[in-house]
Parts: sequence; C-alpha cells; structure tokens
Amino acid sequence: MRIYADNAATTRMSRTAIDAMMPFIEEYYGNPSSLYAFGQQAREAVEEARATVAGCIGADPREIIFTSGGSEADNQAILSAAAIGRKAGKLHIISDQIEHHAVLHTLKKLEKEGFSVTYLPVGTDGIVRVEDVEAAITENTCLVTIMYANNEIGTIQPIREIGEICRKKNILFHTDAVQAVGHLPIDVNAESIDMLSASAHKFHGPKGVGFLYAKKGLKLVNLIEGGAQERGKRAGTENVPGIVAMAAALKESVGHMEETAKAVAALRDRLIAGLSEIPHSALNGDAVKRLPSNVSFCFEGIEGESLLLLLDDKGICASSGSACTSGSLDPSHVLLAIGRVHDVAHGSLRLTLGDGATEEEADYIIRSVKEVVDYLRGFSPVWRDLCNGKGTFIL
Amino acid sequence: MSLYSEKVMDHFRNPRNVGVIEDADGVGEVGNAKCGDIMKIYLKIEDDVITDVKFETFGCGSAIASSSMATELIKGKPVAEAMALTNKAVAEALDGLPAYKMHCSVLAEEAIKKALEDYYAKHPDKHMPE
Repeated sequence: MRIYADNAATTRMSRTAIDAMMPFIEEYYGNPSSLYAFGQQAREAVEEARATVAGCIGADPREIIFTSGGSEADNQAILSAAAIGRKAGKLHIISDQIEHHAVLHTLKKLEKEGFSVTYLPVGTDGIVRVEDVEAAITENTCLVTIMYANNEIGTIQPIREIGEICRKKNILFHTDAVQAVGHLPIDVNAESIDMLSASAHKFHGPKGVGFLYAKKGLKLVNLIEGGAQERGKRAGTENVPGIVAMAAALKESVGHMEETAKAVAALRDRLIAGLSEIPHSALNGDAVKRLPSNVSFCFEGIEGESLLLLLDDKGICASSGSACTSGSLDPSHVLLAIGRVHDVAHGSLRLTLGDGATEEEADYIIRSVKEVVDYLRGFSPVWRDLCNGKGTFIL
Repeated sequence: MSLYSEKVMDHFRNPRNVGVIEDADGVGEVGNAKCGDIMKIYLKIEDDVITDVKFETFGCGSAIASSSMATELIKGKPVAEAMALTNKAVAEALDGLPAYKMHCSVLAEEAIKKALEDYYAKHPDKHMPE
C-alpha cells in the first residue's frame, strides 16, 4: 500500500495530460519552427496550449512564455524586473522571508550585483502584512515579489491587495504561483499581477515544463540565448509534448477546481483535527488562509527525518522541514520565519493531499503519525527532560 | 533504493539497547536540540567491563542507528576497548553512512567517551585507560 501525501513536491500526471501528450511523442514529432505542414502541426498545438494556459489565468496568449518549470520562470521574472529597474536607476526590491529558494537565491545574486532587498517578515500565521509591503516601498523600488501560496506551510498571501498597491505606485509585481496555479482561482488582471511563475508538475502535468506570465509590454531578459522561440525570449526548441500536456492538465484542474478544493480541504481539516490531538504539537501557518491540500505540523521532542522514514515504512510518503531533510544544518527558513525555534522546527511534518485522497487514508495517516510520534518520543532524551520538568514545553 | 544501507535501516527500525539505566554508573549526553541531534548513553560497569548499556536519542535515522550500533559494539567489552571506539568503526559497522551524516557517528563516539568520563569522575579510585 502507498499513500502519496506529498503533492506539493510533485503530483501524478493526469490521464488527460498523458493522453494529450502521447500523440506528440509518437506521431507529431515535428519541430514547431519548421515551415512544412508537419512542423506547423506542432506549432499549432503549442499555440493552442498557449491560449489554453492564458485563459486559465485571465491572460492574453501573447503574455505566456513557456519555460522549463517554475524555477526558470522565477529567475527570468526577477532578473527582467531587475534589468528594468537598473535602467531607471531603481535598485530596491521587496520580497519576504518565506519565498522559495528559486526566488531567494536569485535575489541573493542581485544583492551581490548592487541591489538592496527588503525581506519582509511574516506573522506567526505565515502571512505577509499588506501594510508592511506598503511601508517598505521607496522611490527606488523596482519590484515586489511575493509568492501566491507557500510550498511548506501552505499559507495564501494577500496577492490582490499587494497587487493593488504596486499598481498604484507603478511598481512591478511578480508572484511565484507554483503552488497555487491549478489549485486556486487566479486572474492576473483582477489581481494586478505583472508577472507570475508556474510549474506543470504541481497540477498533474509533466515535470520539466512551466510558464511565465509577463504583462504585455514588459521587457523580458533572456536566460537562454539562441533561436527565436517564444518571441525571442526563451531560445530552444519547444518541449511540445510537455507544453501540450501542461495545458491539458491545467484546463482540467481549473475545470474541477471548486469541487476538488472543497473535497480536499475537508480531508485537510480532518487531518488537522486528528493530528492536533497529539500533545505538544502545533499546526504551522494560518488554519483558514491555506492551500486546500496542505497540512503542516511541528511535534515537540522528535526529529523529522526519523518520522518520515517510519511513515515510509507504513506506506506514507510525506515531507519535513528538518535540517536532515533540507540538506543543511538549519531547519526550514519558513518554519524559522513563523517563529518556530530550531528545537521545534526539526520536528516538522508536511502532508499535502492529492485529489483522490479518501477519509480512510486520512484516518490511517492520523493513526500512523500518532503511533510514530509516540514511539520516537519514547526514547527521545529531549522528550524525557520535558516530561521530567527539566525543560519547558514550547508547544 | 534507500538513502541508507540495509544495516542502518535495520538498526534504525529495530534499535538495540534502547532505554534508560536508572542506577547507571556513567551517563553521557552530547549534541543539542538546536542542531537536531541529542544522544544519551547509560553505562553499567563491573570489574572494568561494560555489563550493560542503554541509549536515548533525539535525531535522524542515522543518529538513531549510530547510537544503536555503538552500544552493540561496546556491550560486554572491557572499558579500555569502549574508550578506543572510533566513529569510523561505528560507521563501518553500519556499512557506511552518507558523508553529510558522518557527524552522527561522531556523536555516538563522543557520547560513549562522555559516559566513561562520568564514570571515572564518580569513581576516583579507578583510573581511566589511555
């Protein structure tokens, strides 16, 4: 048995996406840049996909650039805004402390190149304060980049409000919407979004493909030089099967969004209620303003990697923000940003449910997590000290 | 495919010598919760031989497996042998650890040394072997 509860890491490709993709692997393998009809068939499919993707977020097809995924889109968006800023002598960028590394590392690079970046804090609820964004804006600000929804704790940011402020002040606004596209309703115009990044494999499309939405007239810089694909903004022969499948996956996800979100959120809340029964545990991030699929907890007295390995033995695929799973000595920057101290942040668990999850699976996860946490606490010296009054419970 | 060797997974899933010795002759605790690893070793020593050993660990899979293996390597052994246990020996007995997890075996070595130091501190009539 396997219960896949790591849909924020990646999702299973939908049947619709696979079916849409196959003809462009098996049969219509022409190069969209070729002028003969066989190539133009592929071109047509790419442009149709562009229109579909654009329609799903309220954009114009000419505003969509296909990329290799969310990270590339984030890089291109931020570097483009920086180039525009540099030309105008504006070298200040506003972001926040819980962004994905695709954003944070790009910003670090810009800092080395003379930009100053304000990393806004978030509340213990994991949400950026709109008034903080407004207060951080200076006459030198060229970009505000705030993620739509957080990948670790699932919190949804006040994108529309931030977009409005940026629009009013004539500052570019980018949002890393990798976790949101296909799961939350998005309208780039209504939300005053200038640039948006997305990744297909987070909404049942294939890996290795994504897109960048960039508002008409916004001058993008190339990350990849070469041919004139993507209106000269992203060289390289188009990933035709990937692009076609992404569009099919997105169309399907958006088509079922409301009912899927409702069903998944009900299971999410069942999980949250069940896991909250574990003593000295806490939900990470706001309970309401969060992705329908995201459950993130910290458990005091245990370490996340052990928890994941034992859940894996029980057939449950999950994730953690502990240092041991982040590949560094520090636990997740997101958990630290919402005020979880190191000791507690090491004991984190992220469960992100898929569309087909059931109540039985949720209950099995709850039972299993309870069992494993109990077992690990049974020989944790930290837990023993806490129980013997030699330390103070934090949660 | 697994992150760890079969041996590591075996000692992680079925850790040996888990628990506490209430009237331990020596106790050693190393690491800190901030870094995500704490190991505590309890020793029972008679006639310079480790007659019993238990451990408690807060940490990742390799930290738990390293503690388990280290206790196995010193149980029933003369104190001098336990004192000479290296982290390398622990890691080798586990059929290796990923490079970034080697510090877990270091913690195991240090926890045992600390427990032995505690024993000698409490028993001034005994002399710590070189």
